[in-house]
Formats: sequence, structure tokens, C-alpha cells
Amino acid sequence: MNGIISISMVLNVASTGLVLIGLYIVFTQKNLIKMVIGLGLADTGVNVLLVSTGYINGNTAPVFSDTSLKVSQMVDPVPQALVLTSIVIGFGVSALALALIIRLFEKTGTLDTSKIRGLKW
Amino acid sequence: MRKLVSIVLLAGFIFYFATLTGGLMIPSASNERNSVGLDILSRSADETGSANAVTSVVVLYRGFDTLGEVTVLFLAALGISVFMKGTVGQRKKVLDQSFILKTGSRLLFPLMFLFGIYIIAHGHLTPGGGFPGGVIIATGFFVILLTSESVEFSKNLMSVLEGLAGLSFIVLGLVGLFGPDNSFLQNFLPLGDFNTVFSAGIIPIIYAVVGIKVAAELSSVVFAMKESK
Repeated sequence: MNGIISISMVLNVASTGLVLIGLYIVFTQKNLIKMVIGLGLADTGVNVLLVSTGYINGNTAPVFSDTSLKVSQMVDPVPQALVLTSIVIGFGVSALALALIIRLFEKTGTLDTSKIRGLKW
Repeated sequence: MRKLVSIVLLAGFIFYFATLTGGLMIPSASNERNSVGLDILSRSADETGSANAVTSVVVLYRGFDTLGEVTVLFLAALGISVFMKGTVGQRKKVLDQSFILKTGSRLLFPLMFLFGIYIIAHGHLTPGGGFPGGVIIATGFFVILLTSESVEFSKNLMSVLEGLAGLSFIVLGLVGLFGPDNSFLQNFLPLGDFNTVFSAGIIPIIYAVVGIKVAAELSSVVFAMKESK
């Protein structure tokens, strides 16, 4: 690619940034819903990192519908298939966490972790 | 104290990520091909008959893993319905939606349903497949639920659909045990013409089954959340 900045470098920086933002939210926020949002951000960052490992500059998706494309013009399909699994697992984790939070809110009447006894640190 | 601990932890993670992505930061390293990916790219079209190499990895080369993935999704849906079962009504009643929103959602639902089926049926030809298609169908149910109060919905039908879909995935895999290669999830059907809807053996069937399962699971999650209000 032109210049000093390549696409894979941008993807690496973006994924690391997303994971760090997500972890910072999980560590510092006291609202449980915000913590789930932070987990979702970190999850997205990991997905971006996984996809970027299979990316090759200038190549297209690994689909043979266009017969003029050759194998050397395609990106690696294995990380993309892994990320498909990762997205589904991420969905399951956040949906289950939200269901647990609803139950916790019914029991304690608050979403603030510092006000729920037994969760202080 | 809390901020200090989290900053120390984040510094540790920064160091970890720097070492993890250090090799990838060099521009030339990212242009080298993974030998597994290259092998799959050069063989998948002839071996599986699927135009989409990602689909052939997800459904055939890593098909057993996809079975585990579907199981995880099932466990999440099961956990949600267990947790939401005894919830008492605490939320206020949702305001009655306007006529335009109700009519619009009823107009939109069949189109979303059709689009989901299209995405599922073309999973082996274009990007897409059972998981995104199932999510699109479930989103159609979600739109209807958000706007209309008086939607009757059979929870038993969804459970039966979900169970049958999961069972047929396993049965399709087990039939491969009696095929020529004696392996689980083997492509035992003829591959057909490349790049047509009816091709690639069992891949479209498995993706249809996965799509039905995902759509039924996510719809029942949405309905469980709705019922608990």
C-alpha cells in the first residue's frame, strides 16, 4: 500500500484500542449494563484482530462465484470462519449476562455494583 | 485504588498485546500466506462444490466445531428462558404504538422473512448462511413484537422446530458414517453444478437446518424477554 501506514497496521491498532477501551470500561464502571457494553467492545476488538491476521493487502473475499478470480487474489478463509464462531459465542455471552442482570435487578433493585452486598472489591 | 489497579492491569494487557501483534506490525509479515488457508483455497471448490470457501470451512472442514457452536447458542437460549421464567412484572406497560408504526412493521415482516430465507439458501454461493439468515428472521419477529401488543405466539412450535433442526444436523452427520469415507459430517450427496443454488451436496441442507435453529432460538429469546415484563 502507499505511504507508511498499511491497512493491517491500522487494523492492529484499532483492535488493540477496542480491547483496551472495553477492558477499561469493565474495570472502572460500576453500572452492570455498562460493563456488558465494555465486554462487547473487547469482543469486537478480538474479532477485528482475528480477521486482520488473515488479511492480505489488496485481495478480495474467498468466494469463487466470480470465475475470473484466482486463488492468489483471495484472503485466508480460516480466520473468517473462526470469527463467525466467535461472534455467535459473543452474542450468547452478552445475552446470558443481560438475563442475569435482569434477575439481579429484580432481587436487589439496583444496577450499581458498589451497592450490591457481596460484590465489593 | 480501583483506578490504580485497573491502570496497572491495562498496562499489563498493553504489553501482552504489543508482543502478540508485534510480528503482525511488520508490513511484509502480514503478506505471507498461511499454508492451511492456501491449501483450503486451492482444494475447497473441487472437494466440497461450494463457491464460498468460508462456508466450506464452517460447514465441512470444521463442521464438528459448528455443531458445538450451535450447542453453545442453544445453552445460552436455555439459560435465558430459565432465568426469565419466574420474573415478576415490574416494568411499566409499553405505550400503544401508532397506526403507522404497526402497519409499517406488518409490511416489513414478510420482506425480512423472505430476505432471511434468501441469505440462508445462498450461503454456499455468496457471503451469508445459516447464522446471519437466522438472525435476520429473528429480527423480523422482534420488529413485530416491539410494535404489536396482541401477537399470539406458540412457544411449543418454536421448541419443536429448534429440537428437530438440531436433531437433523446430528442425523445428517451420522449418515456420513455409512458413506464411502466412514466419517462424521461427510458430504455424501452429489455435488451438482458448481455455482448454482442446488449444488455442494449437504452444505445447503445443513445451513438451512442451522438457519431454522438460530431463528427459532433467537425468537424464543426475544419472546422470553417480552413475556417477563
